[in-house]
Amino acid sequence: MNFAVLQFPASNCDQDAIHVLKNVLGHSARLVWHKDQSLGAVDGVIVPGGFSYGDYLRTGAIARFSPIMQAVQQFAANGGLVLGICNGFQILCEAGLLPGALIRNRSLQFRCENVFLKPGSSHTPFTRSIPEGALLRIPIAHGEGCFYADDATLDQIEREDRVLFRYVDAQGNRSEESNPNGSVRNIAGICNTARNVGGMMPHPERASEPILGMADGRWIFESILAELAERQKSRAA
Amino acid sequence: MTEPAITPELIQKHGLTPDEFARIETILGRRPNYTELGIFSVMWSEHCSYKNTRPLLKGFPTKSEKILVGAGEENAGIIDIGDGLAIAFKIESHNHPSAVEPFQGAATGVGGIIRDIFTMGARPICALNSLRFGELTSPEVRRLFTGVVSGIAHYGNCFGIPTLAGEVYFDKSYEGNPLVNAFCLGVLRHEQIARGAAKGIGNPVFYVGPATGRDGLAGAAFASQDLTEESAEGQRGAVQVGDPFMEKLVMEACLELLATGVVAGIQDMGAAGLTCSTCETAARAGTGIEIELTKVPQRAPNMTSYEIMLSESQERMLIIVNKGHEAAVQKIFDKWDLPWAEIGFVTDTGRMIVRNHGEVVVDIPAKKLTDEAPLYTRDSREPAYLAAVRGFTLAGVPVTKNPGADLQALLAWPSIASKNWVYRQYDYMVRNGTVVCPGSDAAVLRIKQDAVPVLPDGTTGPAFEDKFIALTVDCNATYVYLDPYEGSKLAVAEAARNLACSGAVPLGTTDNLNFANPHNPELFYQLKRSVEGLAEGCRAFNAPVTGGNVSLYNQNPSGPIDPTPTVAMVGIIDDPKHITTQWFKDEGDVVILLGNIVDAADPLLGLGGSAYLQSLHKLKTGTPPRCDLPTEVRLHEGLRGMIRQGWIKSAHDCSEGGLAVAIAESCISQQTGRSTPRLIGAEVEIPGDQRLDALLFGESQARIVISVNPSDVDGTLAFARSAGIPANRLGTVGGARLTIRAAGTTLATETNVLHDAWWNAIARAME
Repeated sequence: MNFAVLQFPASNCDQDAIHVLKNVLGHSARLVWHKDQSLGAVDGVIVPGGFSYGDYLRTGAIARFSPIMQAVQQFAANGGLVLGICNGFQILCEAGLLPGALIRNRSLQFRCENVFLKPGSSHTPFTRSIPEGALLRIPIAHGEGCFYADDATLDQIEREDRVLFRYVDAQGNRSEESNPNGSVRNIAGICNTARNVGGMMPHPERASEPILGMADGRWIFESILAELAERQKSRAA
Repeated sequence: MTEPAITPELIQKHGLTPDEFARIETILGRRPNYTELGIFSVMWSEHCSYKNTRPLLKGFPTKSEKILVGAGEENAGIIDIGDGLAIAFKIESHNHPSAVEPFQGAATGVGGIIRDIFTMGARPICALNSLRFGELTSPEVRRLFTGVVSGIAHYGNCFGIPTLAGEVYFDKSYEGNPLVNAFCLGVLRHEQIARGAAKGIGNPVFYVGPATGRDGLAGAAFASQDLTEESAEGQRGAVQVGDPFMEKLVMEACLELLATGVVAGIQDMGAAGLTCSTCETAARAGTGIEIELTKVPQRAPNMTSYEIMLSESQERMLIIVNKGHEAAVQKIFDKWDLPWAEIGFVTDTGRMIVRNHGEVVVDIPAKKLTDEAPLYTRDSREPAYLAAVRGFTLAGVPVTKNPGADLQALLAWPSIASKNWVYRQYDYMVRNGTVVCPGSDAAVLRIKQDAVPVLPDGTTGPAFEDKFIALTVDCNATYVYLDPYEGSKLAVAEAARNLACSGAVPLGTTDNLNFANPHNPELFYQLKRSVEGLAEGCRAFNAPVTGGNVSLYNQNPSGPIDPTPTVAMVGIIDDPKHITTQWFKDEGDVVILLGNIVDAADPLLGLGGSAYLQSLHKLKTGTPPRCDLPTEVRLHEGLRGMIRQGWIKSAHDCSEGGLAVAIAESCISQQTGRSTPRLIGAEVEIPGDQRLDALLFGESQARIVISVNPSDVDGTLAFARSAGIPANRLGTVGGARLTIRAAGTTLATETNVLHDAWWNAIARAME
């Protein structure tokens, strides 16, 4: 498959996404500069972590206006797969591609640690290959990762089975203690109604190689690849 | 605009002595004007000129077959790591700014050291830090601690560099004068080494990065005087404001420009800003430089020549480009939306000429400014307190009655307790290279292809097998206070031991000498003896000093800081299979101590200067443990040999808190996820007929706690014997409790209780 990884001036997880897609999973991936107008011919888009334009105003608030985001809007409107990770999730929310917002962690401090995630829905392109009942151990690294949306929006997200992941403890239980940033209903990631745009605060690209001590993040990339393969097959048929 | 007249008061205010001023007049052949006075003042400050320390620093070992750029040559030293790759690293202090404005002071400390690394042509790939504060019971200390940590986090996280490791100590001597030492390491290919030299007569000189403002005026001079309440208040404007986003852009643009091959010389504008970068690049190349200040981007209106030359506005670089290639600068810096300006050119006059609206405002021989700073050999006298230290015996110290409670108290002592409250605020994983995260003896980082700066052909060069480096920063300043020479050797030995425990062979060292006022002979004695100790230690471990930083005048009205020669050491691990961590792995594994249980030749049995005496007996005295370098070297080499055999499942250095704390940490320090430690107990017996507290908490050196599979015990013990390393089988890993028997006493504590005391102590102190 062929992936575009967006590169804003202060993206800093862009190389990590490329590394996993290319060197770990053996697919093609390239950086696309924020001033570019077009994504080129790609099967999927990753909006990576980092600080986009410094994020002094509000995370992702400026990035949504960048030229490349217009292309991403179009790509998503046509059903293309887009995954936003960390700052990428923030940008997708700011751009209106995903509902809700990410606000400052309740601790008011940046947090970098491994968390446990329980998949919400298995019926999304981002979670479909995760083994039934599996808990994922994946790191977070953010200062503004507290997911917030009003109750009506949250009810709708849950009704439509659009929660990708929830923060849980090592036993898989949802608790206050297991929630690292104060996200409502322990939500760590969601997708849109059309299920082709996803966003998550944890970093699957940092947890895709045994040498780094964690490989659960691979399931998310494997899910995307399975989805793309199926789409290709159905197009060919 | 009229400039102030040069009066004796003004000269004194600039930190220059009458002799130094006379020297300036000789160099110039006339009286300096106000701007020139400012320039000499910053360039001849200790921070820039090392005028009090240069003769001492000559004693450091600075060469090995792997050193490509040595200490003092450039902005950072560079070491070969094989396959045509190299690493550049350095540590630098930002103590005084952090005392005044902790958040920005610490943030710009990180920014400054990152610039020193990419100035060399390297891509910065990790950061470390070494911090010292007063005791956490003080609300002011908690404010400084909070500010410094969040400042480091802010800068490093946004820039996108993993902050991998560090150390934090709390001691009364740092109250009001915290220490903030920041380290950065970058990677590059040998042919990518850039030089801070203004080469090529007629070449244009570019200024890149954000505009110059009045912030950070003469910070270098500020850092070179005692900190008083008055100086702190008056110098608030000397603290710069950091912008990590800007730095990230400047770094990417500079690496892109370097890849084009058009750069003749490059230097960051750190301490003393435009002044230092212009005169140093000219001096290094043996050329001259001429700049026009009206061309310098300016943030504030009506800035004077003095202000522009001495500003320490952050994230700025000076770049000399081969003539005819000016368009390359424009193209790349426009791509990154960065300000740039051509401000001058290289000359053959040897002079640093600064014009403002065409009029010459500075005319100084560049080399004399950088190389002819006065050098002082200060008087040195053994401090009076050392006699009392040497006279101390254990006679008046009652043997502990409650070792279980003592162990918990030591684990919760902030200098020993887990520093997770600190490092959880740092992004220590970005760039997908962190193999061993904070919390083990040394961090281990993978260097992969995408860490290398881009070459002129747009690639990162030929493929190579991932490299693995280990990093640590260490200094028990209490030991140094109690014996500056031995204590400094101990700091080096501990750093080398931490690397050995992770499976690494030392490559090199960068040191940060944090000391008090050198004019006081007793304080200068500390500095002198400490440098001698560091030099001997670095020689023993073949870990030459590749550069570093000197920070003097670290004292406030209540007294000097403990002498703190921070040692950051980098090592290499040839095979990822040899990467070793400190925590016990499996039930049934056998716990072995490499090294003597107690140094029997030490009359204080390793308790002098110990955490035990400090925290539980409120005694900060006694001769610290002895450091026998050949013994240490034998131990480290032996451990690496055992690791290569595949026997070592865990290895943990015995340091503060002694054997009991080292074993407890081996049981409780593995953290798999949020609120999820992996705890594993152990049952051990510490043989020996010494006093109980010495057996448990004595800090005799050259000791490492290892665990091995039962089937490898015989091999390990035989290997140790043939290598001349004492080895004692202490017990077995397993269960939910740590049980220690020593001197006829047994202590047994649930591992979750020990973990809670250790893991949450700092968070509790901060509540």
